[in-house]
Amino acid sequence: MNELKLKVLELLKEDSRRSVPQLATLLDVTEEQVRRAVAELEDEKVIVKYSTVVNWSKVDEEKVIALIEVQITPERGRGFDAIAERIYLYPEVKSVYLMSGAYDLLVEVEGKNLKEVASFVSNKLSPLDRVLSTKTNFILKKYKQDGTIFEDRQDDHRMIVSP
Amino acid sequence: MKDFLAPIVRDIPPSGIRRFFDLASGSKDVISLGVGEPDFVTPWHVRDAAVVALERGRTTYTPNAGIPELREAIAEYLDREFQVSYDPAREVLVTIGGSEAIDLALRALVSPGDEVLVPEPCYIPYIPITSLSGGTPVSIETYAADQFKLRPDLLKAKLTPRSKVLILCYPSNPTGGIMTYEDWLPIAKIVEEHDLIVISDEIYAELTYGSKHVSFASLPGMKERTILVSGFSKAFAMTGWRMGYACGHPDLIGAMLKIHQYTVMCAPVMGQVAALEALKNGMEEKDRMVDSYNQRRRLIVKGFRELGLQCHEPQGAFYAFPSIQSTGMTSEEFCVRLISEGKVAAVPGHIFGAGGEGFIRCSYARSVSELLEALERIGKFLEKCKMV
Repeated sequence: MNELKLKVLELLKEDSRRSVPQLATLLDVTEEQVRRAVAELEDEKVIVKYSTVVNWSKVDEEKVIALIEVQITPERGRGFDAIAERIYLYPEVKSVYLMSGAYDLLVEVEGKNLKEVASFVSNKLSPLDRVLSTKTNFILKKYKQDGTIFEDRQDDHRMIVSP
Repeated sequence: MKDFLAPIVRDIPPSGIRRFFDLASGSKDVISLGVGEPDFVTPWHVRDAAVVALERGRTTYTPNAGIPELREAIAEYLDREFQVSYDPAREVLVTIGGSEAIDLALRALVSPGDEVLVPEPCYIPYIPITSLSGGTPVSIETYAADQFKLRPDLLKAKLTPRSKVLILCYPSNPTGGIMTYEDWLPIAKIVEEHDLIVISDEIYAELTYGSKHVSFASLPGMKERTILVSGFSKAFAMTGWRMGYACGHPDLIGAMLKIHQYTVMCAPVMGQVAALEALKNGMEEKDRMVDSYNQRRRLIVKGFRELGLQCHEPQGAFYAFPSIQSTGMTSEEFCVRLISEGKVAAVPGHIFGAGGEGFIRCSYARSVSELLEALERIGKFLEKCKMV
């Protein structure tokens, strides 16, 4: 990947709302070059989606997130892919990762409350043919996500004017 | 109590920047472009090195000149990056910030009546610490039209038989101006002809955009008559650690060491350990920070120009120095009103000496979103000024 595209990615990862003229100024290239780089990154599915990191604990809406460790019997010829696909198609599932270590898949599930997540695990996930076991871990508090620290601890300690 | 004070201290005026500190601190919701330090925290591995050293009980005095490994690392770094080689045992002195190094150099060199030449606008302390050392400061005004470079004719015009020391600071605080190899050559010739000693403050050497910094000490024949001063504050985001150094001829460094050992003894050991880690493993992180300053430099310069303020292209440090002459206000008046009416703090140029009037120093060591907000506020303030 060329250097411009990498720099565009870095800047958009920091703040996806950055405008084309702003990116062009920051990177000292033309707006057309930025537009082309972004379009190519989108076409190549390098940029998959523009999203926002939200600290839901500050919003008055109940939400429960669980990280579920899943052990699986892999399928001949297709390994873990078929069962992973079966799992990630559920709308409750926010992310699925194939892991090394003590279990095979890590599944992030979001629900309105504990009951909803428990129901998903017992009624949908566990009964799947190749699922051997599940272990559900609920997220109690988020401190940092996608490189963003949620607590307001990163104050600017600098004096307001200095030599 | 005033009568008890030494006249030399009593007569030094308080720093003009203090007034702006008080003004800005007293105003709410101000975005400060008045900050002369990086907006990054010291890289984690550097902080960690100091923590580990403390955990292992490294809390003692060090040799007066600094721990040998750090002096060796400094010498190796200067040779590699700026092609000037020093003997770490005799020609490198670790100090408490670049500020102590400049003070030591002046005290080691200057006798009452000696003239110290200082191109301005410049870092604020040069003039008062020259006075404190007993020297007579002589200002050399530089100009925006020359990108605030020191022109040989400007230097020549201020030379007298008492001229002894020339203080240089490129890349420049507050202007962001730099000097190229070609710019330096005629200056070096004058320095040699008039037998001057140069204190070259190269604290912003790593922060150049487009061309690599040329150390004055690396010029032919100049190493012997230059005290190179630098430190870790700007390149490695280590302002609070107060780690600096001076390099030069063994006789000069030896004289500075004498003062250093009787006044501060040695730089703090944990700072020295952190500085060593920064030099050994911090270059990648440093490059990342410089890249980020460079992006924001473009943003702020373009922003000022779009607002109709003339702004020369700063090639180093992290300051833009736009002209506010078109507003008809003095830089002091402009900055006072900008804080109260525009909620943006900048530093009036006249505080930095001759040639600074009509300009304001704006640090772009702030986040992109803060810079954009500050530019928007300055734009609204300028509009309001036009309407009145």
